[in-house]
Amino acid sequence: MELSGAEIFLECLKAEKVDTIFGYPGGAVLFLYDALEKAEKENTIRHILARHEQGAVHAAEGYAKSTDKPGVAIVTSGPGATNAVTGIADAYMDSVPLVVITGQVNRDLIGRDAFQEIDIVGITRPCVKHNFLVTKLEELAPTMKKAFYLATSGRPGPVLVDIPKDLTAEKMAKADFSYPETITIRSYDPTTKGHPKQIRAAAKLIAQAKKPIIYSGGGVILSRAAEELIAFSHELDCPVTNTLMGLGAYPAMDKQFIGMLGMHGTYEANMAMHGADVVIAIGARFDDRVTGKLSKFCPDAKFIHIDIDPSSISKNVSADIPIVGDVKAVLPRLLAEYCSLGETIDANALKQWWRQVDEWRGQDSLAYNQKDDEPIMAQYVIDTLWQLTEGDAYITSDVGQHQMWAAQYYKFNKPNRWINSGGLGTMGFGLPAAMGVQLAHPNETVACITGDGSIQMCIQELATCNQYQLPLNIINLNNGYLGMVRQWQEFFYDKRYAMSYMDALPDFVKLAEAYGHVGMKIERPCDVEGALKEALSMKDRLVFLDIITKPEGNVFPMIPAGAGQNEMKLK
Amino acid sequence: MKTIQRHTISILLENESGALSRVAGLFSARGYNIESVNVSMTNDPSLSRMTLVTCGDEQTIEQIIKQLNKLVDVVKLMDLAEHKHIERELMMVKIAAKNIEACAAIKRIADIFRARIIDIANKTYTIEVTGGQAKIEAFLEAMNDHGIQEVVRSGALGIVRGSATLKVDEKA
Ligand SMILES: Cc1cc2nc3c(=O)[nH]c(=O)nc-3n(C[C@H](O)[C@H](O)[C@H](O)COP(=O)(O)OP(=O)(O)OC[C@H]3O[C@@H](n4cnc5c(N)ncnc54)[C@H](O)[C@@H]3O)c2cc1C
Ligand SMILES: Cc1ncc(C[n+]2csc(CCOP(=O)(O)OP(=O)(O)O)c2C)c(N)n1
Repeated sequence: MELSGAEIFLECLKAEKVDTIFGYPGGAVLFLYDALEKAEKENTIRHILARHEQGAVHAAEGYAKSTDKPGVAIVTSGPGATNAVTGIADAYMDSVPLVVITGQVNRDLIGRDAFQEIDIVGITRPCVKHNFLVTKLEELAPTMKKAFYLATSGRPGPVLVDIPKDLTAEKMAKADFSYPETITIRSYDPTTKGHPKQIRAAAKLIAQAKKPIIYSGGGVILSRAAEELIAFSHELDCPVTNTLMGLGAYPAMDKQFIGMLGMHGTYEANMAMHGADVVIAIGARFDDRVTGKLSKFCPDAKFIHIDIDPSSISKNVSADIPIVGDVKAVLPRLLAEYCSLGETIDANALKQWWRQVDEWRGQDSLAYNQKDDEPIMAQYVIDTLWQLTEGDAYITSDVGQHQMWAAQYYKFNKPNRWINSGGLGTMGFGLPAAMGVQLAHPNETVACITGDGSIQMCIQELATCNQYQLPLNIINLNNGYLGMVRQWQEFFYDKRYAMSYMDALPDFVKLAEAYGHVGMKIERPCDVEGALKEALSMKDRLVFLDIITKPEGNVFPMIPAGAGQNEMKLK
Repeated sequence: MKTIQRHTISILLENESGALSRVAGLFSARGYNIESVNVSMTNDPSLSRMTLVTCGDEQTIEQIIKQLNKLVDVVKLMDLAEHKHIERELMMVKIAAKNIEACAAIKRIADIFRARIIDIANKTYTIEVTGGQAKIEAFLEAMNDHGIQEVVRSGALGIVRGSATLKVDEKA
């Protein structure tokens, strides 16, 4: 018996327990598709045909971000591969575990500008965790094993495997094939436990704090350490803030939670960071959207920084106590160490600190006022969605004002529910990502919060949703503008709205219907709740809600570029 | 004040196609300096060794080392600035002597620097010099008046003094 490269590829996917693969076929991957067809028949792996390779990769991201499995995508060589690059870069910036398979031209054609040849390994080198070009059939299985291992371990990320077409047709004896159970890569061994000395030093620093704050991020979600974070935070009883990527890692309804921090974070979160004396950064990477101007960032604080990637530590902000390790492993140790010190944070100081934080909270920086006879406010739509879904839906979003409002007004109590593009900020992410989420969770409510600009970037995926009967709720907050761009132009370019007006918008209702879905247009505040209820109740149809919102609404609070955390614009 | 320092970093790389461009790409993508880089095979066919000279303040150098370590193709590295070490560079220079007196002067300078004349034709001398950066530069300076036609330098190579080594641990 012999196995072809394509059959070996399939065996590798099965061994990795892949149940869903997102992709788009083409010449270089035809043998692989032939094998996938077989898998489809055996009911082992289902292939989801996106309508653009970018959509396939974002869908794989949505699948991965909402589960504890890596996302898998397959595309053809040349244009298929280049179309996938935006998705790969997105996954790189947000540390999403992905394995992306690209077809490549025959080995003897490589380097000759063959039809649909592109050096995708070269193109993606700066935006993958690692990539491979497979040149020998016997290396295919070990390479696949390495790809899955690298994508999912340590700081997760996308790994690309480029497979020449002739290799997928080549055969080898079945007896010679086995999928490695484990693999070691001599140069790669992520530190997970955290150094005991550093953990001890951190515990001591915490015990001496008078104004401590926990600043936690996407790393807690990637580490599946929400429970550990909650236990740790409850023991310390200090304020907790999350980054955009960390939302849901700490329950938004918990009394210690003071909201998101950063450019569009709450007043209390940014003021508390600014005033803190000890900042405990947990799986967060001090992004510039969080720190604002570095010289004004947390002027009085000492930093404890827990991160699995040493290069995240002291990259932007120098850590006083760096702890390299996995949050899930480090937090229980840090907690135990803190509890065994025999000293804890001074209760009086903490009480005073909370008094101050509560005073900032009193500012109520997210308050809004929806009047019946005025245009619909995006804030109101999301607030209502949150209430109707009891905070338990999976929410994906695109990029812009609607994304910030979703982050501010949908109060996530659980991890892996908030799926958005933070690092790259990729418009077009929301819809395909929602497909991936819905495929992973067929019985859950999935809503995509989007804008009239973003939705048009991957709108073709509405066809995919039809083919696979994905009952998404698409909430298009239609302000007629590239709102986030317009907001910046209003504040920093004297209201010169260069190219930010979205002229010639399609009739979204008809568009949704043309793709076989339900479309509804909502123009009055009093219709919002009813429409959302109706959409949510249609469990077997995709509903596209085109909600006409206030054209020139702005996202507040806002830290203008160059300002400090305590210099927020509140309105 | 941030002080800029020169660091020589020795790297053991997987001997894979693309490994070199991953390192080079890292430096260009993140805006780090490369003063020189040298890469060649070692006695272990699976590894190549790179010597890279860069400069930056302490924080930048720390990031460079972390980012290099993060590359899957980087097996092991050592910042030679943290150790007593030896650095050498090889240079070949072509010099066209203007006249007989110049020929003698060139030969004299070469002797002083313990450089070797390795080829000669039509009053054009090809000279090999080995040494640290300072010596190489002093040699070029000294030859400046003599019509330097061409310079080729290997970039620095470095190794730690004493019994310490940069090598991959044998599998346990
Ligand atoms: C329009 C727009 C506006 C934005 N505004 C804001 C804003 O106001 N506030 C805000 O916070 N963000 C904002 N962002 C997002 C911002 O750009 C960054 O994406 C985000 O701040 C990064 O979040 P993070 O620090 O949690 O890091 P992530 O990108 O989630 O990175 C996770 C970190 O955790 C580490 N890690 C991973 N796994 C583990 C593990 N197992 N154990 C330990 N560590 C681990 C990683 O090494 C990494 O350092 C905005 C984005 C857009 C597009
Ligand atoms: C692919 C891509 N192109 C451009 C941008 C820059 N950009 C950021 S937000 C934004 C406007 C988004 O408009 P819309 O989707 O209508 O959302 P709104 O801000 O109005 O809620 C633009 C153009 C981007 N983030 N991604």
